[in-house]
Amino acid sequence: MIYQDSKTLLAVRDLHASVNGTEILKGMELTVRSGEVHAIMGPNGSGKSTFAKVLAGHPAYVVTGGEVEFDGRSLFELAPEARARAGVFLGFQYPIEIPGVANSQFLRLAYNTVQAERGKDELDPLEFDDFVREKMKLLEMNPDFLGRSVNEGFSGGEKKRNEILQMALLEPKLAILDETDSGLDIDALRIVAGGVNQLSNKDNAIVLVTHYQRLLNYIAPDYVHVMEAGRIIKTGGKELALELEARGYDWVGAEAEANARASA
Amino acid sequence: MSTTLQNLVNQPYPHGFVTDIESDVAPKGLSEDTIRLISAKKNEPEWLLEFRLHAYRQWLKMEEPQWPNVKYPKIDFQAISYYSAPKPKKALASMDEIDPELLRTFEKLGVPMNERAKLAGVAVDVIFDSVSVATTYKAKLAEVGIIFCSISEAVHQHPELVRQYLGSVVPVGDNYYAALNSAVFTDGSFCFIPKGVKCPMDLSTYFRINTQESGQFERTLIVAEAGASVSYLEGCTAPKFDTNQLHAAVVELVALDDADIKYSTVQNWYAGDENGLGGIFNFVTKRGLCKGVNSRISWTQVETGSAITWKYPSCILRGENSIGEFYSVALTNHHQQADTGTKMVHLGKNTRSTIVSKGISAGHSNNSYRGLVRIAPTAAGARNYSQCDSMLIGEHCGANTFPYIQVNNPSAKVEHEASTSKIGEDQLFYFAQRGIGAEEAVSMIINGFCKDVFQQLPMEFAVEATKLLGLKLEGSVG
Repeated sequence: MIYQDSKTLLAVRDLHASVNGTEILKGMELTVRSGEVHAIMGPNGSGKSTFAKVLAGHPAYVVTGGEVEFDGRSLFELAPEARARAGVFLGFQYPIEIPGVANSQFLRLAYNTVQAERGKDELDPLEFDDFVREKMKLLEMNPDFLGRSVNEGFSGGEKKRNEILQMALLEPKLAILDETDSGLDIDALRIVAGGVNQLSNKDNAIVLVTHYQRLLNYIAPDYVHVMEAGRIIKTGGKELALELEARGYDWVGAEAEANARASA
Repeated sequence: MSTTLQNLVNQPYPHGFVTDIESDVAPKGLSEDTIRLISAKKNEPEWLLEFRLHAYRQWLKMEEPQWPNVKYPKIDFQAISYYSAPKPKKALASMDEIDPELLRTFEKLGVPMNERAKLAGVAVDVIFDSVSVATTYKAKLAEVGIIFCSISEAVHQHPELVRQYLGSVVPVGDNYYAALNSAVFTDGSFCFIPKGVKCPMDLSTYFRINTQESGQFERTLIVAEAGASVSYLEGCTAPKFDTNQLHAAVVELVALDDADIKYSTVQNWYAGDENGLGGIFNFVTKRGLCKGVNSRISWTQVETGSAITWKYPSCILRGENSIGEFYSVALTNHHQQADTGTKMVHLGKNTRSTIVSKGISAGHSNNSYRGLVRIAPTAAGARNYSQCDSMLIGEHCGANTFPYIQVNNPSAKVEHEASTSKIGEDQLFYFAQRGIGAEEAVSMIINGFCKDVFQQLPMEFAVEATKLLGLKLEGSVG
């Protein structure tokens, strides 16, 4: 939701980034204020997932220009784990499997690490167990997931629920959800979207990276951005998503080109 | 490999100091004269000299094994000194008579030899270079009839027992290195648990190679009579040298009816530097004989050291219903090479064996599991379960699994499972994105990977093993 006096959480200015020597982000601009929900859409290869990974600090991506301010500090001065502790959360498109490490152990370590950073109490295994079970109800998750290895053998939908569970535990200021809807059936989509909606409040912000508009039937964005060739070429309200669904992406590119010519 | 991972796996070796202590070192080289010299220095009976000479003559006819998946320059057996003992070599009446320099060495290593450690309730035998320098708790164990002493001492005090069992599980001509050991072994531990006695404390031997050009050839013999049980722990370290030292030990275990022997090792011999210079060649033969019905022998090993490890702690399951177990974590880093595993030879009816092997490779190292499960025609109803998992850290290491399965009885059941996984950049990034740093992440992954083996270790050893793996793999995060 858009609030009048909300503060700027994320300010992305002229961001350039490359992977394996190929420039993917070419002058990305975005401002996100607390309380807002943004959707970033665009065709395959437009740089949506790259943008998400660059913000989280994936080591394979190299920032070659521009700057990003997060909650009043320069994001790129922070190591990936420091960004996470400061409140940047990435919901992975393909959550990573970690054989041999119990989900409960992993979740508790992550939770306690972030709690410690915020000067709050850490939980012992018993306390945490009660706490996490409450959170799991939100996502209609079976408590069996706690005893299994992190994401190992989880179905696509189970992995995505486990991501949102982590978001619920860590209470990030900025959650970037990368294609959280992909691979979800309609029931799972409803549950995951319901979880995200409950977690959204006036002090945090959510950036949804998505291909399709169907997620946006459940989570209403305040802004919809269209990315192409490494930058945002159009921004609108949630009705833009419906228009994209109906007309595809090509017209946006053509329109942007025409605008560029007109202003030249 | 990312710099983070690179730094994580590059940890200095904390035990690499040399103790400045005067040693009585035999001239380099191996001949019948060397063997006679060793035997004479140890004032051995004639039968033992014959045992050695017999082994030596067999060794001369044998070839160094070429089949292991390891590479190293040819060993010059004439450039090794086969006997090195800290001076003065006289019988010690109590711990107080030990050279304080030696005591300090073991204190640095964290080996419990003092009164404080005695309270901890572990009896310790300490082998420095080739000679046993101290055995603690001996008198207390003797009260229940347990013999725990150096093998040299046992040769004099209990010759009938040593003569009966020495070479009964690993014959002198068993393999190249066992033959060499049988010819030149200098000391080791002897442990005898009489009928019906449950050893009231863990027994422990601590091995240290100190001299640059000496080899260490220790010999351990453990016998558990009917109904007896014992848990035995073994630890090893060595100083850093640019040259390689040879360590060729033989361990023999004998379990009679209903006896139970649990043998745990944490091996941290010097592994060489990050370019593969120096380090111990660890060519060891360990074998247990489940001679009696319902007997059980369990090997647990955590192998983190040595430039080259060649080691297959094995069980011969002769007694009906006997059980053999092998739990192993082998970690290799830099240019270390390990070819390790086990042999489970099922001879008796309804014998059972379990193999759980976890190999972790980092740097440019190469880690192979090699295991034999043989079911003899006589072993009706035998069962084996094997699980061999490998984990790779980084891009330049290797892992191999060589299972040999020979089943000659149709009623036997043999299962083998194997997996390979990898600690990759993406896993570490996933942890980082949840606020968890790389060191903690690696330690969590490794401990999860090894937990089936760590569970088998006695408590203090499990803690030590966890710490050791951490030390080997963690470091400044770049």
